[in-house]
Amino acid sequence: MSLATRDLPAPREGVMRRLSDPLVRHGRLLTLLLLVPPLLWLGLVYLGSLFVFLAQSVFSIDEFSGTIVREPTTATLLELFRPANYDIVLRTIGISSAVTMLCAVIAFPIAYYAARYAGPKVKAAFYLAVMMPLWSSYLVKVYGWKLLLAKEGAIGWFAGKLGLGGALEAWLALPLVGGPSLSVSYTGMVLTFTYLWLPFMILPVQAALERVPPHLIEAAGDLGASPGLVFRTVILPLAMPGVVAGAIFTFSLTLGDYIVPQIIGTSALVLGQAVYTLQGTAGNIPLAAAFSLVPILVMALFLTVAKRTGAFDAL
Amino acid sequence: MTRAPLSLKIAAIGGLAFLHVPLLFILLYCFTTEEKSYAFPPPGFTLKWFGVVWGRADIWAAVGLSLKVATIATVLALVLGTLAAGALARARFFGREPVSLLFVLPIALPGIVTGIALRQAFGLMEIPFSVWTIVLGHATFCIVVVYNNAVARLRRLSPSLIEASMDLGADAFQTFRLVVLPNIGTALLAGGMLAFALSFDEVIVTTFTAGQQSTLPIWMLSELIRPRQRPVTNVVAVLVILVTFLPILAAYYLTRHGEAVAGSGK
Repeated sequence: MSLATRDLPAPREGVMRRLSDPLVRHGRLLTLLLLVPPLLWLGLVYLGSLFVFLAQSVFSIDEFSGTIVREPTTATLLELFRPANYDIVLRTIGISSAVTMLCAVIAFPIAYYAARYAGPKVKAAFYLAVMMPLWSSYLVKVYGWKLLLAKEGAIGWFAGKLGLGGALEAWLALPLVGGPSLSVSYTGMVLTFTYLWLPFMILPVQAALERVPPHLIEAAGDLGASPGLVFRTVILPLAMPGVVAGAIFTFSLTLGDYIVPQIIGTSALVLGQAVYTLQGTAGNIPLAAAFSLVPILVMALFLTVAKRTGAFDAL
Repeated sequence: MTRAPLSLKIAAIGGLAFLHVPLLFILLYCFTTEEKSYAFPPPGFTLKWFGVVWGRADIWAAVGLSLKVATIATVLALVLGTLAAGALARARFFGREPVSLLFVLPIALPGIVTGIALRQAFGLMEIPFSVWTIVLGHATFCIVVVYNNAVARLRRLSPSLIEASMDLGADAFQTFRLVVLPNIGTALLAGGMLAFALSFDEVIVTTFTAGQQSTLPIWMLSELIRPRQRPVTNVVAVLVILVTFLPILAAYYLTRHGEAVAGSGK
């Protein structure tokens, strides 16, 4: 540091000094002053509008005139438990869970290799290879999958060339995961989501794996544990906070998305689409607000559990 | 260090391939002569779509709006995110946890909830849609990106450097300008670039805060739902990939040596 040789001006006596002294003397005043602008922005603008919107879930809609009845009622919230609406919630949570698990399975080997075996150069290459798709345009990535999954698209062509056309047909004939083509099936939707959010899983898992102290692994080996046992009893438990941290992203991002299901997927609605149609064409803001509470509550529950596992330190 | 098992190597490389192959296909489809379907393999190759994109005014208008919004949102996020990081990096006070949660909330909650909430608020206060309504939504979730970058760097900055500066007679503002800022500068630049990329690409919140305006992602979304000239969308998609590639690469090189911050060893 060349700081010691820098010629600082002599201590100033003036406005700046008079402003500065109380800040230095009272650290709390400085903290408060720093916090005011961002808090005003997020607290007032963001939380304010969030509250105004979500609070409407206690109102209801007049069935005949379609206007909002501004009287507190639990009717709108209870509507969520109607079979049709309840199905939407369960379907979305099911898709989010599938995406999260698939992400964890694909991400782990990448993160593990990068954290434990890669030299500095390979590690840098891996990091860039993960960051590039992460920051590529969301829509471009969705678009890429639409190209691949289309009936006349590349996946179908390669499956045909490799003699797997029959296997693809059989998979599409299955109930639930199948459909007329990959681009209008849950399989396609889950694949696209997995692709979109995979980097969000790789990065925290890799960070957690890098923090596993090497001497713990050596000690386990010295004490006679086989590599498999070391992996299961030492590395995996220590990497779990990273997996949970990644799951926060993959789960919440899938839970609220309405664009992928609109472009790739079945005609059955997911949560995001339900909210979108309700606030738009249906004009039922109270029910849209009630639906919006679902992902928020699910994520609050998720985050509470995640906090216990120490996932926030792995972010 | 031992060598990696072959199965692990294959799984890791396969995973990375999964991340990149779809982007390569978009590149391939830029040159296809087929404009009605996504037929693979493409029946023929042509360069004419690049010329078509060059001549489309609606695309350039969307690019312009996106750049404008991203620039303003990034500047706002840089100011607010740095302030927040400065306040929360070391201080311990009552309510610190809820406050740091508040900063993460805009990316933790689904974008659609944020979007509708903002739209409702605009409607309630009778604010007409403009560039600023889009900026407002974008800045809200860009703050956290800058905040994360700045807070990590500030925590590594040794407090003794700041104390030394004050002992040598610098006031709080001089210390910030001459000691703190040079040390967190690259982190801020990296955070700013990521915030820019995030804003440039945002579509979910923008759907609700843009009204009739069309940013580049909104333009792409409408092409995805109702395709007109499919190869044109391909070309735009590839251009977007190229444009975002550079800031990300720059952000990476700026934060790569983050560990070497002065005083971080203490």
